[in-house]
Amino acid sequence: MSISGATDPVETATKPDGIVQARGISKTYDGGIQALEGIDLGFPKGELTTLLGPSGCGKTTLLKIIAGLLEPSAGTIIVNGRAVTGPGPERAFVFQDFALMPWASVLRNVAFGLELRGMSRHERHAIARSYIAKVGLAGFEERYPHELSGGMRQRVGLARALAVDAEVLLMDEPFSAVDEQTRRKFQEDLLHLIQSENKTFIFVTHSIEEAVYVSDQVVLLTPRPGAVSRVIRTGLDHGGSPEELRRNKRYLDMVEEIWQMLREYLV
Amino acid sequence: MRVFGRDIPIMFALVFWALAWEIVGRAELVFLVPPFTHVLAALAEMVQTGKFRHATLLTFESFALGMGLALSLGIPLGVLMGRVEAAEKLLGTWVNVFVSAPLTALVPVIMILFGLGQTTIVVTVMLFAVWIIVLDTQAGIKHVNPSLLEMARSFGASRLDLYARILLLAALPEILAGVRLGIIRAVKGVVIGQLLVSIIGYGELFELYSRNFLMEQFWALTILLFAFAMLAAELVGWAERKVEFYAGARG
Repeated sequence: MSISGATDPVETATKPDGIVQARGISKTYDGGIQALEGIDLGFPKGELTTLLGPSGCGKTTLLKIIAGLLEPSAGTIIVNGRAVTGPGPERAFVFQDFALMPWASVLRNVAFGLELRGMSRHERHAIARSYIAKVGLAGFEERYPHELSGGMRQRVGLARALAVDAEVLLMDEPFSAVDEQTRRKFQEDLLHLIQSENKTFIFVTHSIEEAVYVSDQVVLLTPRPGAVSRVIRTGLDHGGSPEELRRNKRYLDMVEEIWQMLREYLV
Repeated sequence: MRVFGRDIPIMFALVFWALAWEIVGRAELVFLVPPFTHVLAALAEMVQTGKFRHATLLTFESFALGMGLALSLGIPLGVLMGRVEAAEKLLGTWVNVFVSAPLTALVPVIMILFGLGQTTIVVTVMLFAVWIIVLDTQAGIKHVNPSLLEMARSFGASRLDLYARILLLAALPEILAGVRLGIIRAVKGVVIGQLLVSIIGYGELFELYSRNFLMEQFWALTILLFAFAMLAAELVGWAERKVEFYAGARG
């Protein structure tokens, strides 16, 4: 299927290059369920790439393999030219269910990655405070997760991932557990963050609008076993105002195009 | 509680039944029940005797040693069973059998193994308390949100970090519940052990008082023990409520 001239996104070959590369990644779970098959992908530095596909296509599995939390059955993940054997300090993960420690304050949660690295309390708290402010939670440092709304909790999760100053941020459906309004605001803030942080983001979502709205590159995966169906460059200017972007014809057309591509997978 | 539209304080129940006890005692209806005030007087007198102090010390020591053993065996065993499936399969059934078994029946066997001394009491206390601690710890560990473990691993946590900074803290509400129930069982264990051995601690006193029909002293000692069991369980219950807020917050 080709994309009409109206949107004209540049389709790149799925040849791996970039700061993170997936080479021939396959994953078969115990019990014989094959989640991923022969994934070759490159994630360009400083860009946001979205993994998009129907539920059960192995998007999260791929993200966790990149994170080093799961081992692939075949293939290698290369980050900065080195093969991944487990989690590493150059990658940080943002969890779908936030994964905050309920017994720890916001400050301690955000500083947790630094705490594990053995940084002194004074130093790590100073860093944590600055990122708490950056995600808009200044004043909530001493609160506990159960006192915060879902959106605020995910901001804590984001601040924790930013605080360790990893080059690659892996985000597993970070907005799926928050309500629609919060979600929109969150997406806008995320775009702002990408502009200012100059990090590489890999983002998993099942929302087409969200994928197109935040991404430089969208990877479409086929249903189980997940394989790369298409890689689409959005070519959208994420620097402009959110209102402009949401009304942008190219944005709207691309959402429609991707929907047309994905619907063939739905029974 | 409200009676005729008035608030009645909780303490009222205690006062009411103490009064009933006093009346029954004064009326000399049942020989086993002396007036409550006499029991209190006996209590005040009893706590000043050397014999009582010695017995109390011994009882506390057995209780603390047995409970300490139960904690230092029960929590690691529960963690092991919560983490390693093979351990759960191997031990799970036995823990469940022991947690509901009438362990009193085993005390004579313990007596044969460890003699008529304090060791038997300590082992009895441990045996009474340990199983529920194992079971609750295991339940707590099994219910730790797996994404918390993934989170810690993704930020570079070592194996030790996972246990010390995530697993034990996340399972703390269940572990404390196990400890509270364990304490209640340990009090039973110390009394039953001492009664069956009957030559040491409160067991000796109970034996002495009941054999000589010293009902006032007998009841005084009983009240003291009940109060201690309640107080100890309440203390742990208080700690439990302190950490309860995050038990519900786990996804």
